[in-house]
Amino acid sequence: MSGTDPARLRGMTERRSRPAQQGGLSRRGLFKLGGAAAASLALSSCAIPGLAKIVTPAQAQAQARDFWPKQKATGKLNFANWASYIDPDHESLKLFTQATGISVNYQEVIEDDNSFFAKIDPLIRSGQYTGYDLMVITDGFEFTNLVELQEAIPLDRGMLPNFQRYAVSKFRQETFDPGNLYSVPWASGITGIAWNTKYVKEPVTSIDILWDPKYAGKIGMMQDPQELANFGLFKAGINPDTSTLADWNKAATVLQQQRNSNLVRAYYDQSYLDALSKGDIWITMAWSGDIFQQNQSAGNNDLQFVVPAEGGTIWTDNMMIPKYAQNPVSAMKMMDWFYRPDIATMVTENIQYISSCSPVNSLIAQDAKLKKGANGLDQATLQALVGSPLVFPPASVLGRVRNYVTPTDPKTAQTFKNLFNAITEG
Amino acid sequence: MSAATLERAPQPKAPEPKGSHRKPRRRKKAGERVLHWFTWALIVWLALPIAVVVAFSFNNPHGRYNYSWTGFTFKYWGSQLFAIPNLTTAMEHSIIVAIAATAGATILGTLIGIALGKYRFRGQGVANLVQFACIAAPEVVLGSSMATFFLQARIQEGWPTVIAAHIMFCLSFVAITVRARVLTLDPSVEDAAKDLGAGPWDTFRLVTLPMIMPGVIAGAMLAFALSIDDFITTEFTSGSFVTYPLWIWSVSRQGLPPQVNVMGSIVFAVGVLFAIATSVVSRRRAA
Amino acid sequence: MRAVHSNLRSKLTPYYLMLPGGLWLAVFFAVPIIMMIGLSTMSGNIISGFGDTWHHFGNYAGSFTQYKSQWIRSAEYAGLGCLISIALSYPIAYWIAFYGGSRKSTYLFLLLLPFFVSFVLRTIAWDYILGDQGMLLGPLKHLHLVSQNFHVLATGSAVVIGIVYNYLPFMILPIYVALERVDPKLIEAGRDLYANPVTVFTKVVLPLSLPGVFAGVLLNFVPAASDYVNASVLGGTGNTMIGNVIYDQYFVVQNYPLQASLSFSLMAILLIGIFSYARALGTEEVLAAAATA
Repeated sequence: MSGTDPARLRGMTERRSRPAQQGGLSRRGLFKLGGAAAASLALSSCAIPGLAKIVTPAQAQAQARDFWPKQKATGKLNFANWASYIDPDHESLKLFTQATGISVNYQEVIEDDNSFFAKIDPLIRSGQYTGYDLMVITDGFEFTNLVELQEAIPLDRGMLPNFQRYAVSKFRQETFDPGNLYSVPWASGITGIAWNTKYVKEPVTSIDILWDPKYAGKIGMMQDPQELANFGLFKAGINPDTSTLADWNKAATVLQQQRNSNLVRAYYDQSYLDALSKGDIWITMAWSGDIFQQNQSAGNNDLQFVVPAEGGTIWTDNMMIPKYAQNPVSAMKMMDWFYRPDIATMVTENIQYISSCSPVNSLIAQDAKLKKGANGLDQATLQALVGSPLVFPPASVLGRVRNYVTPTDPKTAQTFKNLFNAITEG
Repeated sequence: MSAATLERAPQPKAPEPKGSHRKPRRRKKAGERVLHWFTWALIVWLALPIAVVVAFSFNNPHGRYNYSWTGFTFKYWGSQLFAIPNLTTAMEHSIIVAIAATAGATILGTLIGIALGKYRFRGQGVANLVQFACIAAPEVVLGSSMATFFLQARIQEGWPTVIAAHIMFCLSFVAITVRARVLTLDPSVEDAAKDLGAGPWDTFRLVTLPMIMPGVIAGAMLAFALSIDDFITTEFTSGSFVTYPLWIWSVSRQGLPPQVNVMGSIVFAVGVLFAIATSVVSRRRAA
Repeated sequence: MRAVHSNLRSKLTPYYLMLPGGLWLAVFFAVPIIMMIGLSTMSGNIISGFGDTWHHFGNYAGSFTQYKSQWIRSAEYAGLGCLISIALSYPIAYWIAFYGGSRKSTYLFLLLLPFFVSFVLRTIAWDYILGDQGMLLGPLKHLHLVSQNFHVLATGSAVVIGIVYNYLPFMILPIYVALERVDPKLIEAGRDLYANPVTVFTKVVLPLSLPGVFAGVLLNFVPAASDYVNASVLGGTGNTMIGNVIYDQYFVVQNYPLQASLSFSLMAILLIGIFSYARALGTEEVLAAAATA
């Protein structure tokens, strides 16, 4: 802070007698300004273009066949990911560098899909490198947008031997990316309800607790329209997979009523975890692996997680390569690296999200037999992990989780977003 | 920094020294004492978050979240300070951007300040208007308009756009500061220089510039402070480029690591020392 | 003292001096704002693109009806913040100006000290301090001095506290400068004329300091009304401000035309307000005090 020059400040506080003479705005000045403005208004008609044309899967595969042989290997990789989504000391990345010689710049810059998409979309439109070669995007609107706007590079599955051998397809990733044209899963997770056992003494099983007036002002909900919508639909007893506009309106009404009764403290992005740990909220919508990791790092079991009886949301975060990536070959290598069973096990043990690599379950069981634990975790934690319904969901859980509602038509998508944004923005 | 320029600025009107018209040892009235305590109370309230930031830089948190005290440690000040490479990079980015923006804004702003202060010309009204609007415009508007401008003009966002944006909003502040300083100049000094045969460039370099230098420096320091702390405009114009305030914001969704507190404390200490140093220097110069 | 040069060696000098900076402002300030106006009249979405300029003024009407509560709330929070700020700043500025003596600059310095720490960090620090079980409320709740449900965060009060805190120096400094300019002889004259201290204050000091107060109000109101950081960190449901909406519309919804219309409306409202006030009071360089911080 600087500069309280009295002379200047005097100028600030003095009265001015005749504006025109002392350089104020005269009529002439106004005309000139108007002229200049009119000239620049011509510039303002620059439209923002949309899709050039729709690309069918066959065309995308042809593009891939055309694109990949031309790419050369490079020694670097810029990897954008969410926070707390990899083993904390990055051992998996270090081993990758040892094995391939590629140095990895790992950036935990993704806080939610919306803002990340808003950052990279303009860059790709202007034909520029986004700064990232590999990114992890959830199977929601942004994923669909990236594919429709042709802002992701179709993959060459010939370069993914581990994926071909080990990947599991039971989490229905087929629906949002048939044939894994553009992505391979990084991890899957479930959105359910988390609570702080220090303040909530009763057992939690139903979604109704989020609407319970007893906890007014201590309830957290998520900001993301797709997350919020699903919970509204579950509360209204509707299956998101088959929901229509009328159903969405019902869900919005239920959520609006929750808001109007002052039950919700705030609508959070990943910061719900901070609020929950601090005690600002006692119950909240939450992501399965986050709760485990928080308990792990805090050294206690204060936080608990459950998938409500009415339903939970299952989502998949996927590795994709943005267009104009400068190190695409490195990106493909990294994608395949995380399907190596030992690496996948390392990551899953640490983040406790659902893996798409099939040997992981048995490998974790093996690690749980080791007295000294493995991959930075002790034996007790590993044993708890083996049977965890969150990381290896049994049919009972799988039966009641649903995907996001993702309308593909842009106008419907806009309506959907606006409907649920109105609740969080209000 | 403000304290320094307050001492340093010449006062053409030379008002009576404030305290001298009162008797040196006077009884403090009750009202005065209340105000005195009130001032101190406010100073303490203002400093409270800073104290918390500094205190928790010595904390040893168990997990990701650094909000309850779990043990004293120096390690985040020492070996662990640069343990988060992204934070260190973001800090470097902030400093580089601030230096570049200060340089650009100071040069451009000084020129404008001189023009507006010394001369009278057509279009001066418009220029004043635009400066005014630039300072008065909310940061959200500045940031979002630049973001959509880059989008429509197909310009890639990154460090060039951040520096451009910072120069843009700092330059009016520098211009106003320099202009105020220029307005206090005695034109007869420059006329004297001209009478003695100095050309316009020499007059500028040897006479005008030294006289307005305090204003230029004040403007530069202001620009630096604005730039290094800027959040809203940078958020809209940075693309994938990360500066220190942006990094704090994105990590705060997760929980701030103690290194952030340490760096914040260091920046604070550096700023304070700098301000004290300028004040000491100016006091010595005035003496 | 105004420097008037009637005989300029080259009448073009001022234009040359203005050129580099003026060009920079034109390209990075004026042009984006004007393009934003154009954008605000487009329609479309992220997939099929935005176009159709000058055909959709409905964005403006829509933005006012749909976000009426956010507009009002922003004005409320900013206004309340200004009032509280004046109430806090005036006594301090008064005390330092008249009773500070040789230690005036030290006091000012101490008051400005906290602002050497980053804005974001300061606001987040308040989030920690005011936490429901944090260092302030935790002990109070433990001692049962406040009810267990009491919370400061996620209310409008927390947002206003944040606003007052973050923009306080912009209120203290202008008021201080205006008060400092008051010639003590005027106060003595008032006393000599048998006025009591209260009358001296209300009839002599207060009117002379008003320009400073108004300058401070402007410097607080404009950033406060358009802020989104305070509402985001310290507020909860029902505390969103228009700045949050603009942020959301750009980053979350990617509805660029609506966001542009909101931004432009915000700027227009604030600028018109400032200009009318400046005209009314005839005060020059009202925002030059922005340079004081």
